[in-house]
Amino acid sequence: MTEKMLEITNLKTYFHGDDGVVKAVDGVTITVNKGETVGVVGESGCGKSVTSLSVMRLLHDTPGEIVDGSITFEGKSLLDLSEKEMRMIRGNEIAMIFQEPMTSLNPVYKIGKQLEEVIKLHLHYDKKEARNHAVNMLKLVGLPRAEDVVNEYPHQLSGGMRQRVMIAMAMACNPKLLIADEPTTALDVTIQAQILDLMRKLRDESERSIMLITHDLGVVAEMCDRVVVMYAGEVVEEADVLSIFENPKHPYTKGLLGSVPKLGQDLEKLDSIPGNVPTPANMPKGCKFAPRCEFAMDVCWKKDPSLLATNGNHTCRCWLYQDQEKILEV
Amino acid sequence: MLRYVIKRLIGIIPILFFVSIFIFLFVHLIPGDPARLVAGQDATLQDVEVVRQELGLNQPIHIQYFNFISGIFQGDVGSSIKTGRPVFDEIASRFMPTFWLTFWSMIWAVMVGLLIGVISATKRNKWQDYLGMFGAVSGISMPSFWMGLLLIQVFAVQLGWLPVGGLESWQSYILPSITLGSGVAAVVARFSRSSLMDILKDDYIRTGRAKGLNEHKVVWGHGLKNAMIPVVTMTGLQFGFLLGGSIVIETVFSWPGLGRLLIDSVAFRDYPVIQAEMLLFALEFILINLIVDLIYGFLNPQIRYD
Repeated sequence: MTEKMLEITNLKTYFHGDDGVVKAVDGVTITVNKGETVGVVGESGCGKSVTSLSVMRLLHDTPGEIVDGSITFEGKSLLDLSEKEMRMIRGNEIAMIFQEPMTSLNPVYKIGKQLEEVIKLHLHYDKKEARNHAVNMLKLVGLPRAEDVVNEYPHQLSGGMRQRVMIAMAMACNPKLLIADEPTTALDVTIQAQILDLMRKLRDESERSIMLITHDLGVVAEMCDRVVVMYAGEVVEEADVLSIFENPKHPYTKGLLGSVPKLGQDLEKLDSIPGNVPTPANMPKGCKFAPRCEFAMDVCWKKDPSLLATNGNHTCRCWLYQDQEKILEV
Repeated sequence: MLRYVIKRLIGIIPILFFVSIFIFLFVHLIPGDPARLVAGQDATLQDVEVVRQELGLNQPIHIQYFNFISGIFQGDVGSSIKTGRPVFDEIASRFMPTFWLTFWSMIWAVMVGLLIGVISATKRNKWQDYLGMFGAVSGISMPSFWMGLLLIQVFAVQLGWLPVGGLESWQSYILPSITLGSGVAAVVARFSRSSLMDILKDDYIRTGRAKGLNEHKVVWGHGLKNAMIPVVTMTGLQFGFLLGGSIVIETVFSWPGLGRLLIDSVAFRDYPVIQAEMLLFALEFILINLIVDLIYGFLNPQIRYD
């Protein structure tokens, strides 16, 4: 029996804006087992980042609110914890790496201070121990001249170096779960590969769970054990990484895979998925992907399909794979 | 850094030179004749002419300017037409009361203004924010002479707790510095609120929270230092203005400061005093600007002084 590290069940995070309620995350269920890397994939605005911020309960200063569902971490219900208890978990048991290494470090403090802050807070080290630990973490993430870097400011480092610092900061308290929100998106391709190598190394060294949020299927293929595909605030498909790449079910997943260039393939033009992610104001009544789907049937416009297992652990939210009887009912 | 400071200090000389030309011309453009004022209303035209010669006001204007400038280089800014005392002594005796009044006003104003600004920014659109901004708008809108008179009426006349005016003891500072600082506190509150509100949207603030820091550390530790640059700029400017001596407040509180000296000198067309005082204001502003620029470097390590 695999041990569940993080269990997000039927999570609904809504944003209250001037134009009404935006259902950024609408009934998402994701499980991350111990030692497992789960990729969460989808276009911009599909709710992947909001899901991760909901786990950390970091929706401060946004009009976002978790309205329903549960988030369980090692058996603890995170949504029932007080803000103080939640702070003990953030940066300590669950750490997060963000998309923007250039702006995620405070420009007015030295790297060392920013690293030591989290170390002192959770590990209760004194100043000297914290400094040693900070230098060791920087060495661990492969930063050259770690002893000097602690005395430098963020603007003196390159984007790749800053992302390494962010990773060092996230790993400093040896978290059980690492949430990486597009950790390589803002970086050069060569640096991307280095950062992924580093993350893989850090994962393999311990039984760490990783929730990797990305829109890059290449990153998913390299890193993940299991993949969750999100579209318009919902999970549309979930399977192990091989099944997703070899046997995608949902037309959206197929579209995503079709829009990735493959080595050795001689194509004039890549496939693309027509249209855009629906805006909250004109969210389709039935399946949210129906307006862009080449297989859309009558039933797709009428009712949103449920997430069903097609075989084993491979689930998919699409009428093409649902019971014929149920379709007739609708 | 030291080289930068020296460079900036040397740069002051040409600025002051141009400023002195403008001051000299404008002072001489003030309508009215100091010779007539010194000689008295009943003096004959001849007497007035004699006084004019004594004061050197009959010389062509460029010669007068030359005398003024060469005097400065010899460390002699002339004597007051009105009192006959050296201008340096006149200003020196008035400078400290204005300086200390400004200093104490700024101290409380910046502390209170920052506190209100931070609370308003973190409690955005809650009652604390509305209360803080109501106070700030009131502070900006209230004319200082009216506020000064109100304070005198309540605390000096009716309650008798504090002196009505003048400078006798430390208690004399209380009412004028409240009056002088309230506008500054209001401006600091508004600047720090809007600046901090922008900063709190930044990514590193989210990083701070993701580390598990409490809101207090996030706001005061990570937010405020980043939000301080516009606040420091504004505070420096206000300090410069107030150091010139607030004419209205010094008049209301009979404060023996530079503001009242300026008013008296202008009324008497006391050219040497006006010129020296204006030149002093210009110098103060330039120095404060330099200090503000140096504080920027402390606040933001990306600013280099090369």
